[in-house]
Amino acid sequence: MIYSDKVMDHFQNPRNVGTLPDADGVGQVGNPVCGDMMTFYVKVKDDRLTDIKFQTFGCGAAIAVSSMVSEMALGKTVQEAMDITNEKVAEELGGLPKNKMHCSNLGADALHAALENYQARKAGTASGPAAEAAAGRAVEGAAPDHCPYCDGPVQGPPNMCSCKTCDLDLVECGHCHLYTNGAETRCTHCGAQLER
Amino acid sequence: MKRVYLDHIAAAPLAPGVLEKMRPFLEAGFGNPQSLHSDGQAAAEAVEESRERVAALIGAAPPEIIFTASGTEANNLAVKGLAQAQRAKGNHLVVSAVEHASVLNPVKTLEKSGFQATIVPVDRQGRVDPAAVAGALREDTILVSVMTANSEVGTIEPIAEIVRAVKAKSPGVLVHTDAVAAAGNIPLDVEALGVDALSLSGNAFYGPRGSAALFLRKGTKLVPQIEGGVQEGGRRGGTEDVPAIAGMGEAARLAAAAMPERTACMTALRDRLLDGLPRRVERVHPTGSREHRLPYHASFCVEFVEGESLLLSLDFKGIAASSFSACTSKSLKVSHVLLAMGLDHALAQGSLIFSLVETTSETDIDAVMDAFPPVVQRLRDMSPLYTEFLKETRR
Repeated sequence: MIYSDKVMDHFQNPRNVGTLPDADGVGQVGNPVCGDMMTFYVKVKDDRLTDIKFQTFGCGAAIAVSSMVSEMALGKTVQEAMDITNEKVAEELGGLPKNKMHCSNLGADALHAALENYQARKAGTASGPAAEAAAGRAVEGAAPDHCPYCDGPVQGPPNMCSCKTCDLDLVECGHCHLYTNGAETRCTHCGAQLER
Repeated sequence: MKRVYLDHIAAAPLAPGVLEKMRPFLEAGFGNPQSLHSDGQAAAEAVEESRERVAALIGAAPPEIIFTASGTEANNLAVKGLAQAQRAKGNHLVVSAVEHASVLNPVKTLEKSGFQATIVPVDRQGRVDPAAVAGALREDTILVSVMTANSEVGTIEPIAEIVRAVKAKSPGVLVHTDAVAAAGNIPLDVEALGVDALSLSGNAFYGPRGSAALFLRKGTKLVPQIEGGVQEGGRRGGTEDVPAIAGMGEAARLAAAAMPERTACMTALRDRLLDGLPRRVERVHPTGSREHRLPYHASFCVEFVEGESLLLSLDFKGIAASSFSACTSKSLKVSHVLLAMGLDHALAQGSLIFSLVETTSETDIDAVMDAFPPVVQRLRDMSPLYTEFLKETRR
């Protein structure tokens, strides 16, 4: 099996699946084009996460990561939850295959997007859950200058580069400047045609 | 729990009797077919008997069969070997968009050394239009390669019509077909098809893995890709894998004899899946052609869920299937076949294939019918795409 027992447990029995209609913050990352999409809902009371729910479209790792993130964040303060990193999630799960590390990025990012949305709403800079759910979609998985699949450093020129960690061929999108699998013809982040 | 194995396209079990045919050459009969002593000659006889049987399976003459170690090797040998041998005549190749990586990647390599290629599109069912292939021919075209059947979507291509269209326009152009998914499972005759080269793999018809062959029409020039001794008429170096070849020959003999019965049985079971699963679960779409279809193949795209999650969940219920979603591939790339057929990325992520084996039973199909709805429902209940869909349909 490519996954640890803990990953399989979270995949088979995911914790905190669902939606929260009265959420204080909503965050969504990924898209069906890249293969994974996650939505996180948080309820916050006295600076603590009192409830958390998620929905995920994706592989076994993506579902397990979402479940793990939700479990790690529940009951934490907003700042503690913001401090949950991709590495911590992968570690808690007993490790992830190299080419699935991007799933852990998405999980932490989706949580952070939901928390940022909560903070923005509190500060009065957000207009409503629907608008932000849409805006949250722009938030992407990896650091912009890193491999979108394992978050490793990228080497080479924009049109012919590769990930130093997982060795995947990558191409930088001329439109959104994020990296996509070099075998794709369209950017998996914004859908623009990739130039080579 | 009884396992239900429905992943023929990845690996098939040996047909009864095949291992027995191989065993002597793993034990006492270990001679090298190139050796002149009796031990070697016994092995050589087994190789030649297999060559006759594999040739008979596809209506070829025994000397037209070159044994290789995999279907991938046969495709590499055909595409590179034929292109390189024809170089003086031209440097243009025509292939379909749904070819296996073992055809597409050699084509890419050839392009780096100055060859040019035209990729012919397919329709929504994954079918190649013979007129489109003929239309892609140029003055300098030397080779056409279109697969006999596609292992991801089960579609059988109109190879005889493609060959006719190509030869009518340019009689000198060679046509190769990758018949790995088809040979031994549907009747194939190289004379009726008119092809110059055809790849086949033993495991696809219940022979051992590591057994495969290329049919190369008599008189067709080929540049060997594995150079060494004079094995396989100097067209493929390397000591013959006698046990594998012996097993492939036996599997070919059995396949030729059992094909009508296997086809009738598997087609009925396949159709139960193709009709039954979409009836039991909404938004499950069969992929590929229904009319021109491999008898053992039932493929789908399941909306709102991802293929790897489906595979893992089915595996928990004892069912082995396959998927070509991005997440199931090591390269994280979604199936080029489904995209070429015009399916969008999100739908292609829900790729799911049940490919039957000879021993698949009614009970096995019942098990899939029962396991499938709750597996899909569980994953949809956690899918934000499904939640959106429900909201929209309620509106």
